[in-house]
Amino acid sequence: MGAKQTRSEHDHQDLVEKTGFSVEQIQNLHKRFQQLSGNEETISREHLKSVPALANNPIRMQIIEAFFDKRNQHGNELGSYETIGFEEFLMVMSHFRPPTLRTTTEEKETMRKEKVRFLFNMHDTDGDGKITLAEYRKVVEELLSKSGTIEQEAARAIADAAMLEVASTNVPNMGPDDFYEGITFEHFEQILKDLEMESRMHIRFLHVNTTKVHCGK
Amino acid sequence: MWTNEQLWLPPYSYSAFTSTVNAAAEGCLVIEANHNVTNYIPESALLICFGFILGGIIWGADKVQTFALSPRVFFFYLLPQIILDTGYSMPNKLFFTNLGGILVYAVIGTCWNAASLGLSLWGCHMGGAMGDIEIGLLQYLLFGSLMAAVDPVAVIAVFEQVHVNEVLFIMVFGESLLNDGVTVVLFNVFDAFVSLGGGGIDAKEIIKGIVSFFVVAFGGSLLGFVFGLLVSLLTRCTKNVQIIEPGFIFVLGYLAYLTAEMLSLSSILSIVFCGICCQKYINLNMNENSVQTVRYAMKVFANGSETIIFVFLGISAIDKTIWVWNTGFILLTLLFIFVYRFIGVFFLTWILNRYRLVPLDFVEQLIMGYGGLRGAVAYGLAAMLDETKIKEKNLMVCTTLIVVYFTVILQGVTMKPLVNWLKVKKAAITELTLIEKVQNRVFDHMLVAIEDISGQIGHNYMREKWRNFEEKWMSWLLLKPSARKKQDHLFNVFHQLNLQDAMEYVTKGERRGSLEFIRNESAFIDFKKRFDEDFADAMPDIMADMADEEDGASAMRRDTIPSVSLEMYEQNMRGLRGAEEINSHHLLQQHLYKGRKQHRHRYSRSHFDINQDENEVQEIFQRTMRSRLESFKSGKMGVAPPKTITKHTKREQQPKMLNGKNKSCHSGDEDFEFSEGDSASGYGASFPMKIGYRAGAGIENPAFMPDLNPSSAMHIPPWLADTEPEVNLVAPSERAQVRLPWVPGHHLPSLRTRTRSGDTFQVDDEEQGDREHLHPPPSPPQDDHL
Repeated sequence: MGAKQTRSEHDHQDLVEKTGFSVEQIQNLHKRFQQLSGNEETISREHLKSVPALANNPIRMQIIEAFFDKRNQHGNELGSYETIGFEEFLMVMSHFRPPTLRTTTEEKETMRKEKVRFLFNMHDTDGDGKITLAEYRKVVEELLSKSGTIEQEAARAIADAAMLEVASTNVPNMGPDDFYEGITFEHFEQILKDLEMESRMHIRFLHVNTTKVHCGK
Repeated sequence: MWTNEQLWLPPYSYSAFTSTVNAAAEGCLVIEANHNVTNYIPESALLICFGFILGGIIWGADKVQTFALSPRVFFFYLLPQIILDTGYSMPNKLFFTNLGGILVYAVIGTCWNAASLGLSLWGCHMGGAMGDIEIGLLQYLLFGSLMAAVDPVAVIAVFEQVHVNEVLFIMVFGESLLNDGVTVVLFNVFDAFVSLGGGGIDAKEIIKGIVSFFVVAFGGSLLGFVFGLLVSLLTRCTKNVQIIEPGFIFVLGYLAYLTAEMLSLSSILSIVFCGICCQKYINLNMNENSVQTVRYAMKVFANGSETIIFVFLGISAIDKTIWVWNTGFILLTLLFIFVYRFIGVFFLTWILNRYRLVPLDFVEQLIMGYGGLRGAVAYGLAAMLDETKIKEKNLMVCTTLIVVYFTVILQGVTMKPLVNWLKVKKAAITELTLIEKVQNRVFDHMLVAIEDISGQIGHNYMREKWRNFEEKWMSWLLLKPSARKKQDHLFNVFHQLNLQDAMEYVTKGERRGSLEFIRNESAFIDFKKRFDEDFADAMPDIMADMADEEDGASAMRRDTIPSVSLEMYEQNMRGLRGAEEINSHHLLQQHLYKGRKQHRHRYSRSHFDINQDENEVQEIFQRTMRSRLESFKSGKMGVAPPKTITKHTKREQQPKMLNGKNKSCHSGDEDFEFSEGDSASGYGASFPMKIGYRAGAGIENPAFMPDLNPSSAMHIPPWLADTEPEVNLVAPSERAQVRLPWVPGHHLPSLRTRTRSGDTFQVDDEEQGDREHLHPPPSPPQDDHL
């Protein structure tokens, strides 16, 4: 048990550099990971689906997929995993880390780019580097599905409208016969460049143990 | 609490009062008319100066100050409507997100201000800096407590001109509202202590003081909340008495204020929370006209009160009895107030920033410190001091006035240059595109999901919980069934855009007369000229805006055109019957630009006449034209949307085009069609050509549509070939435009179903959209919809 302890601490130290979390935060998340996985080494989609609070969340499937998406691991692989280990879990979580007062501007830029990349990956489910209309439609439909007032067709219309809006901004860059295939990452980034993400994509990861029910501030 | 004033004012005071009010109103008009002045000097400062002049006149005539701003008048008749207005137009989400910070500043900051000021002054007194005055420690603390509070009226008045970013504004403004709870308690506690004298104070009293804070603050808020619920419930039931609905809002708001006063709770907190709670529900429940009325009336009352308050503040200066000069006291007070405010802000922000997601940077803290303005509330409290207990009351009143003038005039005038010099982030003006709105939604859900997965209960979790609770229970209780449907904002905007688009088509078609719908070669009109004038008077009605949570009531000029078009609309649609649809039509009329206006400056009280912008008129027109272009281009692009969708996207995009002139991609787009930037004239220049084509070909009649087939899509009309360089992009717009009069016939029937359920409409267009993936839109639909 002692050896295992030190080995996991050693791993955690690596993870600190990779993900930017502090050691305490990693330990907390590790506990949570073990809770979710039932003390196994890896978790699968079913484990995440079984989180009860997620049942009400309309984009649950996209989020869960995001955990298993290889592109979110800061590597260049495509495709998705079947099960993920703690390191992958942590990498995905690191996208939501808030900048501290000590982060430099370049780091903030990188973080923002990572967040945009995360969002992009969430939309672009087939991994071809473009968000096509069909993919975007799916996201929006899911998103608005739980909201009682919007039916599926209306959701689809909204998706189309948004997509077209984006397409039209791209028009000057295209020749007359070009076929607009989808939103590329650069374009996506540009669209969202004015959107304030600093406060919208952060989770306050705690330094204390929160596996018990606890108010997170 | 504030009730130790005589009940009546002497009769002659009334006439003087009225004449003063008249003069104040006229002064206000003059100021309003001269915007150049108000750009540099805030209205409040001008009004105070005006008050000086008036006071001087009265004093010159009477040799005695017949009246000043009496606390009773101030606290009971002038202040409530201002606060109600702020509560009602408070941006709730922003407020509650930052509530923690606001509370810290309001409670701890105010206590710090009071204590530090009182103790420092006492220290200086002990040190002999003030000469020979009879003020004890407790009286200093009392004075400190009344000077401590940042004044909401002054803050609004000054920040109105200076459009700082939302977070900064809400911090200062929220603090100024919530600190009333603290001020009331402190003032009363110290007042009681002064009465008791130094000996009577023991631990028991102090504990009573602390407990009273909680009672007063939370009691006041709770009371306000209850009244807010009452108002909402009331509006749910007033379907048959819509004319007097607005009256209820004011009455109940005022009732909240008075009840809190009666129970010795914080009345400002009460009325603020009443406004905050009820705004969502009454806006949804009430008839559009009522909402309009309420907004307008609130602004009128609030504006009026503010004007009167400032003028009176000026007049009150010209009163010989209160002029007791004590250099040390006054100057030291000014100094300490200024310095301690900054110290307090910096210290508290340092603590807060460790917990905030978006820390407040140094410049913002500076502005927050500088924005700690004192105003009429402080003066009112000072005037309420009991002379028998506090011998130096006049000195205190005089000092308070000087501080108020200093902050309002000096700091008010220099605020804007300071903000510009420090390059403080300003409020965002442009509207979010649809995609950004969707993205915001995604964020919300995503954050909640991640919090769930990572097992933490955080901000988002709580917010989500509250939202679910609120949607399930409170909306059920407080909203009319029909109003519940209107709740979802994203859909709302979208839906309105659909309706608005259809409305426009009908209006246009109607204006040209039904003959235009037939082939008519001689129907060429000098479109620009005609369009300009027709559009100019019709559009404002359609564009009458109902800004959502903030400043706008609009100039709702109804003229005959919309109602006529409504009839035509109805005839064409056959099914457009029922209060619901007509309501949507009115909703439409009043909500155009709703999305856009959302980011307009919420706290400008005088500048909500937003529809007079020339560009806006043209903008709508440009939008629809562009959208037609898009509908063709999209077929080319392989993005296959239903036809009406195209209009909406442009809608969202338009504000960016006009407001964000430096977005090159957009302006590039415009250039194609309009051969110029976003100016109205640029639009008009290229337009006649298109109309010529349209009218000449008489394409209006759908029966002739089959002439145009996909292969001729790129066929460039010869008369355009040499006139326009970007010819292949103009041609599509011709084609798109070709569909203009046809469109009403197409859209209206489907729109009917849309307003109910949106099912068939979308399905129709979707299928065609899919089929015509690579073909231009016009061809297939006309077959179906003839």
